[in-house]
Amino acid sequence: MIEIAGLTKRFGPITAVAGIDLNVDKGEVLGFLGPNGAGKSTTMKMVAGFLAPDGGYARICGHDIETDTLAAQRRIGYLPEGAPAYPDMTPRQFLKFIAQVRGFDGAAAKSAIGDAVGKTELDPVLDQPIDTLSKGFKRRVGLAQAILHDPPVLIMDEPTDGLDPNQKHAVRRLIQGMAREKAIVISTHLLEEVEAVCTRAVIIDRGRIVADGTPAQLLARSRHHNAVTIVLPSGQAAAVAAKLKGLPEVAGVEQSTSNGSAAVTAYPKGGALLIEDVSAMAAREHWDVKELYAEAGRLDEVFRAVTTHDAAWARESRT
Amino acid sequence: MSSVWAIFRREFAAYFATPLAYVFIVIFLFSMGAFTFYIGRFYEHNIADLSVFFSYHPWLYLFFVPAIAMRLWAEERRTGTMELLLTLPVPLWATVVGKFLAAWAFTGVALALTFPIWITVNYLGHPDNGVILASYIGSFLMAGGYLAIGACISATTHNQVIAFVVSVVVCFLFTISGAPLVLDFFRAWAPLALINAVASFSFLTHFMAITQGVIDLRDVIFFFSLIALFLAANVMVVDLKRTG
Repeated sequence: MIEIAGLTKRFGPITAVAGIDLNVDKGEVLGFLGPNGAGKSTTMKMVAGFLAPDGGYARICGHDIETDTLAAQRRIGYLPEGAPAYPDMTPRQFLKFIAQVRGFDGAAAKSAIGDAVGKTELDPVLDQPIDTLSKGFKRRVGLAQAILHDPPVLIMDEPTDGLDPNQKHAVRRLIQGMAREKAIVISTHLLEEVEAVCTRAVIIDRGRIVADGTPAQLLARSRHHNAVTIVLPSGQAAAVAAKLKGLPEVAGVEQSTSNGSAAVTAYPKGGALLIEDVSAMAAREHWDVKELYAEAGRLDEVFRAVTTHDAAWARESRT
Repeated sequence: MSSVWAIFRREFAAYFATPLAYVFIVIFLFSMGAFTFYIGRFYEHNIADLSVFFSYHPWLYLFFVPAIAMRLWAEERRTGTMELLLTLPVPLWATVVGKFLAAWAFTGVALALTFPIWITVNYLGHPDNGVILASYIGSFLMAGGYLAIGACISATTHNQVIAFVVSVVVCFLFTISGAPLVLDFFRAWAPLALINAVASFSFLTHFMAITQGVIDLRDVIFFFSLIALFLAANVMVVDLKRTG
């Protein structure tokens, strides 16, 4: 439903978005990740029709955003960065305005507004000026505005920014509830959000896509993917580490100590499953195990690995 | 068309959502009165007409209209609502026209509220109400011209103060483009046709012609085409800013 090809944007000498290709289908919730200034917002602004691209195209349900702008924009619900809204209006007036602009009138407008207000739980503040609302409510006004016309494509720039954990949970539930019939793109800095709601994660850096896959696929790229950690009294750590190193599928072992107990972590070769071998060994050797757990991987580690230019540069210069 | 109406309604209501509208109208009416009665010495003329009152309109508009226009786009840019507005399925021209019409209607309200002076002059004597009506129409058209200029300039910046100052200067040049201050600048090098063209842009000349009581089609066309020109420029400015 969203087709993006070769999308490029330059601001003077800076290339903010350097040729992004992306297709998002119905039922997908795409998490758009990247460091600040990577080009996430710029990409979203181009897809929503606020900025004109310098190259490439974006199509919404087959309508090109530059040449068939209105048809494309009718099919998009867009939450801009910071959820801007007219500060002097109340949410009720604001949503009425949006409904009117989007061509709803009378009963249709009323029911569309009612739906959006219900889904975003805006009832208690409907008649307070937006200016006076808390950050959480302001964000929800922006969300209500974006979903008012039940668009097939939803693009949201940091939808949960500034919300407390309960509100974040509510927004994520809302997104999951709509996910089946829509193509949804959200940008976020919160990696746990990607694991919680996204069916696909795309990491961009310096205007390019550097990783694209399901959250599980990205996790598999982590060094901690399927790594097994054993926590036990620190006296036994050295012996345990030596034994673990002997396992055929173990690539490396690390240990750390705190408060008299040690954590020994075994990293697998090529993402192999270690947990069975390690727990069998622990039982066989009668280790005094306090905790034993395997990890799915760490998204923040993958994120750093693919977006830290200094590290990449250092690696390249060494070889 | 319905989107023009939606934009118009929101924009028009926005003036009255804050004290801005009330403060503006009160000061506008006060200044109109002060200029007419104290500086223009309305009573001492002993003539039952409003020519003194209307003669100050261009000069008062010079400051009041840019004050109305300055927020039209600059405010949207500053608060980020520009992004919302431009990603709604509304043709850009409809947004530009809706905003302009809302501001124009607002100046119309302020202008209409000067009606007590019309009552006064009718109470004191027997003025030619046809001339007064023509002058009101001329004044409203002229306000539209100033507004279109101000709206276009407001679209170039997110700073309302800059929008105001630049608008005042540009409006000033349009007001007096028939005067030597402007024409002398062109006389040294420009062909006569250009000098005449510049002189014909003078708001003063066209407005004064209408206040004589004759609504010449040429004056009306002048103001409408000027409005159309600056609204078209407004569309282009907003669109150019999209390309970053």
